[in-house]
Amino acid sequence: MLKALYILFIPLISFLYQIFFGKKLKEKTPYVSLFLIFTTLLASLSILFSKLHNKPPDFESISWLSTGSFKIDLGIYIDGITGIMLVVVSLISFLVHLYSIEYMKGDSRYSRYFAFLGLFTFSMNGIVLSDSLMMMYIFWELVGLSSFLLIGFWFEKKSAANASKKAFLTNRVGDIGMFIGIMILFFATGSFNIETIGESIKSGAFSSNMWLLTLAGLLVFMGAVGKSAQFPLHIWLPDAMEGPTPVSALIHAATMVAAGVYMTVRIFAFLTPGALEIIAAIGAITALMASIIAITQNDIKRVLAYSTVSQLGYMIMSLGVGAYAASFFHLTTHAMFKACLFLASGSVIHSMHHSLHELGDHSTDPQDMRNMGGLKNKMPITYFSMVVATLAISGVPIFSGFLSKDAILAGTLSYYYANHGWTWFLVLAGFGSAAITAFYMFRLIFMTFHGKPKNEKIYTHIHESPLFMTFPLILLSLLSFALVFTFPSFNPIDYHGWFYDTIGYAKNYAGLDMKIVADGIHHAHYEAMFLSLFVATLGIFASVLFYLFKKIDPDRVMLALNSLGLYSLSFNKFYIDEIYSALIYRPFMWWSSIASKIDWNLYDQRFIDGLGWLTLKISDKSGKADYNWLDQKVVDGAARITDFFGKKLRATQSGVIQNYVLGGMLGVILIIIIIQQL
Amino acid sequence: MHSTILTLLIFIPVMGAVSIVAARSFRAKDSSHADSRLIALITTGVQLILSLWLYMSFDPTVSISESPFTVQVPWISSFNIEYFVGVDGLSMPMVLLTALLSFLCILCSWNINKQPMGYFSLFLLLDAGMMGVFLSLDFFLFYIFWEVMLLPMYFLIGIWGGPLRIYAAIKFFLYTLFGSVFMLLAMIALYFYSEPNTFNLITLIQTASSIDAVVWGFNVKYLIWIGLFIGFAIKVPVFPFHTWLPLAHVEAPTAISVILAGVLLKMGTYGLLRISYPLLPGEVASFAMILAILGVINILWGAVNAIAQIDMKKMIAYSSVSHMGYVLLGMASVVSTSTSGAQAGLNGAVMQMFNHGTITAMLFMLVGVLYDQAHHRWIMYPDDYKDKDLAGKPGFGGIGTKMPVFTAFVAFAFFAGLGLPALSGFISEAMCFIGGFSAFRTITVIGTLGILLNAVYFLRAYARVFLGPFNEKYSSLVDINFREVGMILPLAIITLVLGVYPKPLISMISTSVNGIIDIIQKVL
Repeated sequence: MLKALYILFIPLISFLYQIFFGKKLKEKTPYVSLFLIFTTLLASLSILFSKLHNKPPDFESISWLSTGSFKIDLGIYIDGITGIMLVVVSLISFLVHLYSIEYMKGDSRYSRYFAFLGLFTFSMNGIVLSDSLMMMYIFWELVGLSSFLLIGFWFEKKSAANASKKAFLTNRVGDIGMFIGIMILFFATGSFNIETIGESIKSGAFSSNMWLLTLAGLLVFMGAVGKSAQFPLHIWLPDAMEGPTPVSALIHAATMVAAGVYMTVRIFAFLTPGALEIIAAIGAITALMASIIAITQNDIKRVLAYSTVSQLGYMIMSLGVGAYAASFFHLTTHAMFKACLFLASGSVIHSMHHSLHELGDHSTDPQDMRNMGGLKNKMPITYFSMVVATLAISGVPIFSGFLSKDAILAGTLSYYYANHGWTWFLVLAGFGSAAITAFYMFRLIFMTFHGKPKNEKIYTHIHESPLFMTFPLILLSLLSFALVFTFPSFNPIDYHGWFYDTIGYAKNYAGLDMKIVADGIHHAHYEAMFLSLFVATLGIFASVLFYLFKKIDPDRVMLALNSLGLYSLSFNKFYIDEIYSALIYRPFMWWSSIASKIDWNLYDQRFIDGLGWLTLKISDKSGKADYNWLDQKVVDGAARITDFFGKKLRATQSGVIQNYVLGGMLGVILIIIIIQQL
Repeated sequence: MHSTILTLLIFIPVMGAVSIVAARSFRAKDSSHADSRLIALITTGVQLILSLWLYMSFDPTVSISESPFTVQVPWISSFNIEYFVGVDGLSMPMVLLTALLSFLCILCSWNINKQPMGYFSLFLLLDAGMMGVFLSLDFFLFYIFWEVMLLPMYFLIGIWGGPLRIYAAIKFFLYTLFGSVFMLLAMIALYFYSEPNTFNLITLIQTASSIDAVVWGFNVKYLIWIGLFIGFAIKVPVFPFHTWLPLAHVEAPTAISVILAGVLLKMGTYGLLRISYPLLPGEVASFAMILAILGVINILWGAVNAIAQIDMKKMIAYSSVSHMGYVLLGMASVVSTSTSGAQAGLNGAVMQMFNHGTITAMLFMLVGVLYDQAHHRWIMYPDDYKDKDLAGKPGFGGIGTKMPVFTAFVAFAFFAGLGLPALSGFISEAMCFIGGFSAFRTITVIGTLGILLNAVYFLRAYARVFLGPFNEKYSSLVDINFREVGMILPLAIITLVLGVYPKPLISMISTSVNGIIDIIQKVL
């Protein structure tokens, strides 16, 4: 428990240190954070070792707030899944810290950058450790904040400022659903604690209205739709690539976006079969759509961003079909190879950037793959680690992605066998996007590292990155081998090993029989494996034909496809941003300005002030009557006396405020005295 | 001793105001007016220390009827009017808030050059009035203080305000006076229909519910409720009585905007909780649904309007409308069938009153800091701006590069405003929703859209003013200075501490608030 608190709060200390004392050590300042994060990595590893083989969980909570019978407890829950996730977060965070020391060197807000990394790691660990939905929601939003700060780190760029805003707001859409879902669960079960909610559901808290549980599950899942960039809230993630590349690796590939999946894993026990069906569909749509978009992107980071969206779709789909362990397995393997891919792309961009800088070229885009080519000879370490990670993501045996993807596809296939109907779409999306992923990932490799350099001048200035940047690449590519996750089993096509052992079996209290699901997956395993091998080979082969041997000219295919409008559809991301802008954003802004006109120009200025005007008119009329008749005829004589005193009293009209106030006060006192005499 | 503090809290500012005026006679005509602000600072400082002392010795678990923290002296005995003041869990946070914001507002007004003597003495009178409202336990006394506040406020806006100050001051004055008339009628009705005739709010809790009379075909209690509600609703302000607020906030000088949003708005909801709720529980029960609907309208209408604003101060003013909506929603949840829901809602509402007070004060102060240097606060210049070259252009841009510390404070305050967890606004807003949800599901679910909309305008404004390429026109701006940090930092610390550790606030209010819930739940 102490270790867990250590892991939680040390990154916060790193944040505070960098904010308040970050300028002290100048360019040495990251080492403080690096050291602190390294110690949390050690602590995470020790927690993981204590939870191997699915040991019983530890938990402890404190009362945070209570009044009468309403209370919110905050607490920590540690089981095998927590342990694995902590190691993933600390490890990637540590490597990104290390990498960033070189990557961010010379930035004017160097210490601020490491502060934000610390804040992020703190918030992320908070999500991982939390035992209650309320606590998870709290850290969920804090993760949103750190993401906002890091995407907008170079806020002088308008695009970065807008991307950070978009990310936060899109996430908030999902968070509303999550919050409502939490409230439903709270009022049905009387608790925010995940375990307690599970127990109540098991003992029938929703037995009379399962539809409400389905709704609650889907609403909480909406949070994951936002955070894990699922359709239709995926739009923020590609834009988030405006942040520094190591940030993309840490937050927008390996950890934060996986938080949605992690949260869904945590609430898996409450998800009814009906909710899971919808979740599977959302995941499948996301996986397929994003992979199609990735084919046509030319910005190296955008390809990876869409690939991330697609892989997250995989994980979500996997949860939907009940393949709980496979989903978490893919989360972990993906964290390693995707972080590797992003950091490798960062290495390329860094090098391109320096080369362009030396040439004094500010117009060429250092992230556009069309300006690269042939880099493998200049950057061998980056090249080899990226190839390993690409093989992993494409699902080639002996690499980790093969096993996790295969497990997901087995789950999808068995789900189809069990349910039939529309679920063929899940199978199509699963295998289809597996093929497409292999295709576009090798397209990326070939365009960047193979062929002739597109620009000789840039090419001559390209250098391999320094050790601090290459070391994380090497380590992460080693962690992309299957053996890392199957140890002590050496069988490269069987995923059983310490990892599955530690996760344990999934529970579902909402009506899904996990035994049947597990059996189905087991039976579909070999079939799925052969099919997935086939589609991966297909994708890679096509990519080799297109981009390595150039047997087929991609431009001609593009033209042919575009006669059907297909190419632009992919290139323009299915026009989803444009659709949102036209259907939601602009009408809303229009309505907002109309509302403000109604509120002010119409309601206040016309109606409220109109009432005032009316009163004035009436009092004007009555005043005239008063003056012409009552005053002129009756009181005229008396007025002359008043006039006399008026002249005398003029001296009091000095214009000094306190005299007026004093006068007012005296008046009040006078009235009180009069009342007292009554 | 404790009870003396209560009286001192109210009258020390009056003494301060008197000494400011008195100090005039010891001063040559042409000397600087620095002594006015110094006296004001010392006065509010003493008041702040006294309120903290009161807080330290205050036992939140004792109900007001047994509390040693009361003073009860006959005043106008022929009408049973008493000088009856006291503090309980409901008024304690408001007293602290008033004392704190008054002190910080003196710092904030440090550079007032226009007739500082008048300004600071009026400010102190305003302070006394506010304190009096929160401490009064006699309705007549309450009403006197309520009205006493209006006068200095009128002058503070009307003399030291912006270009439309006269219009804004008159509008504020008439709007509030309109409400006061209804409140006065309700008060008199309460007095005459209760047996024995009294203004004592503690006695009235027992006697008001047995009022049973019909006037013009309506139950008197119902009419009293309506009268009180109109009086208080204008102050909150509840839609559709809200249009005085944006104008008054925009035209008032910074410190007065802080007081308006930080303290005055809370008087409306405080009045409802102190008077309407315990005295008329039956009416609360039948009116709760309307209150919830009005609350959600406030949340959404305020936020939608805030999004359209191009003047930062007006945006924050509308955000206050939205944030007070949370309070109303939380208050409506008192009729929930789930006790824990009602407790979450009403405690959340009172916490939100305090937290919004600190957060919105920060927001107005920060805008004031920028305004002092840039002399405008346009997010975007309006299309019909007098300078044709600027019309429709962004007002600022990239200020973050030039004023990093200031921008950090703004980011903090904006995120507090949009309800980020770990800052105090989150927990109170969440509790208002949780409470509202337990009583009125559909209405509250519609209201949760506010979570998104509040983020929209804060982030849009933040991105437009502080992010993006630096607007070279503002290269002469300097970062926030020591005095300005001094007035914002305490609020920031409170926001953070209560966000991470809300216990001190909730344990302060719990007993009193749950007492109100018990009264109302009994009649359901």
